[in-house]
Amino acid sequence: MQDAILAMLAKEPAHGYDLGVRLRRALGPLGESMNAGQVYVTLGRLEKAGLVVHHRADGQPARPDRKVYELTEAGQRRVAAWLSELKLPKPDLVEFHLKVATASAGRLADPTELVAAQRHALRQRLHEVQRAVLGEPEGSTTGLLLEGIALRLQADLRWLDACDSVWANFENKSEEE
Amino acid sequence: MSEFNAVLRVRGLSKEHGSGESLVRAVDGVDLEVPTGQTLAVMGPSGCGKSTLLHLLGGLERPTRGETWLAGHRTDTAGERALARLRSRSVGFVFQAFHLIEELTAAENVELPALLAGRSARAARRRARLLLEQVGLADRSRHLPCELSGGQRQRVAMARALANEPLVLLADEPTGNLDTAATLDVLRLFQDLRGAGQTLVIVTHDERVAASADRLITMRDGRFVDDTQLAGSVGGLGGLAGWED
Ligand SMILES: Nc1ncnc2c1ncn2[C@@H]1O[C@H](COP(=O)(O)OP(=O)(O)OP(=O)(O)O)[C@@H](O)[C@H]1O
Ligand SMILES: [Mg+2]
Repeated sequence: MQDAILAMLAKEPAHGYDLGVRLRRALGPLGESMNAGQVYVTLGRLEKAGLVVHHRADGQPARPDRKVYELTEAGQRRVAAWLSELKLPKPDLVEFHLKVATASAGRLADPTELVAAQRHALRQRLHEVQRAVLGEPEGSTTGLLLEGIALRLQADLRWLDACDSVWANFENKSEEE
Repeated sequence: MSEFNAVLRVRGLSKEHGSGESLVRAVDGVDLEVPTGQTLAVMGPSGCGKSTLLHLLGGLERPTRGETWLAGHRTDTAGERALARLRSRSVGFVFQAFHLIEELTAAENVELPALLAGRSARAARRRARLLLEQVGLADRSRHLPCELSGGQRQRVAMARALANEPLVLLADEPTGNLDTAATLDVLRLFQDLRGAGQTLVIVTHDERVAASADRLITMRDGRFVDDTQLAGSVGGLGGLAGWED
C-alpha cells in the first residue's frame, strides 16, 4: 500500500482523504473494509522515512484530513524504482505443504482431513470472489482484479485434488511397512 | 423443508445398470431436496453418477429404487405420458454438447419446445424473441447453429431450455466445451436466472462454476460425500487486500 500511495502522489499533491477514496475505488469490493486511518498511518510512516512532506491547506483548522501531501525527491525515486521493479508472486503453498507433511509423519492428523478442510475454506472464498466477479460489469478493472484472484483460487483447488490422491496413497504405504 | 417448497425431492434414490458381476450402482441410495430458487452445483470424479442423477431428477431415466417428486408430483410411479408432459412443462435441460437441431435457426430451436407443448406459433415466436434477447443473441436469431460459436450455441440451448418457463433448469456440464470468457457469459446468465428466482441444478467439473452456486454437493461412487452451503468466508473480501501496514 505504501508504494501505491506514493505513486498516487507522483502526478500531483493530494489530501489524505482523496488518496483513500482513490484507493478504495481501485480496489472495489476489496477496499470496502479499508478505513481512513490506515491511509494516515501509512502517510505518517512515509513522512518519517523522508519520502513525503505535508503542508496545511490555507486557513484550515489543524485536522489530519486538511494536510496536503507531496513527494520528496527520494519519494519520486522510490516510485520510479517501484514501477520498474519485477516481483514474482509468492505461491503460498509451503506452509500448508509442511503442515500436511509434519501431520502425516508424526501422525498428528489425517492428511486427507486437512486437505478436505482446506478445500472447504477455499471454496467458500472462491464463492465470494466468483459472486463479486459476476457482480462487476464487463470491462471493469476491479473485475479484472477479482478475476485474477478467482483464477488463483481455482489453481489452488486443483492442487488440492493432487494433494488428495498423493497423501491418501502415501499414508497407505507407510502403514503397510 | 416440506415437499411443497422443494421443487425437487428424492428419497432412497438408486439406479443400477447390468447385474451380477457387471452390476454398476450409478446412483446409490441418495436423499435430496432442492428448495425453490436454489442454485445447486454437483461435482465429483468422472463416472460417479452425476449425469445419471440429473436424468433421474428430470425424469429422463427411471430409478431402480426410490421415490422422486417434481413440484410435488410423484414421478417415479407416473405413466410415460404423464411423465413426458410434466417433463416438457416443468424441466429445462442444458447439455455439454448443446444438442441443438442443426437444420433449424437459433430462433426456431428456441420456439420448438413451446410449439411441442401446444402453444400458438405467435406465442412461441414472441417467447423465443424475448429469450434470445435475454441471452444476448437477438442479432443471431436467424443463424444456424453451425454459424454460431460454442458459447453462443450454449446460450441458445439455455434459451431453448427456458422456453416453457420450467420450474427447474438442469444443466449437465454446460461450460464443458467453453473457454473462460464464454464460461463467464453462461455464468452471468445463470446469475440473472438466479436473481429471477429460477431453480438450477448444475453438474460441473469446474470449481468456478460450482462456486457460483448457493450449495455444492460432491458425489463419489453414486453417493453424496459432501453437501455444503456456500456462504462466503469469514472476514470477507476486504481481508484479501492485505493491510498489514
Ligand atoms: N446405460 C448404461 N449402461 C451401463 N452403465 C452405465 C450406463 N449409463 C451409465 N452407466 C455407468 O454409470 C456410472 C455413472 O455414469 P454417469 O454418466 O452418471 O457418470 P458422470 O458422473 O456423469 O461422469 P462424467 O463426469 O464422466 O460425465 C458409470 O460407471 C457409467 O459407466
Ligand atoms: Mg456426466
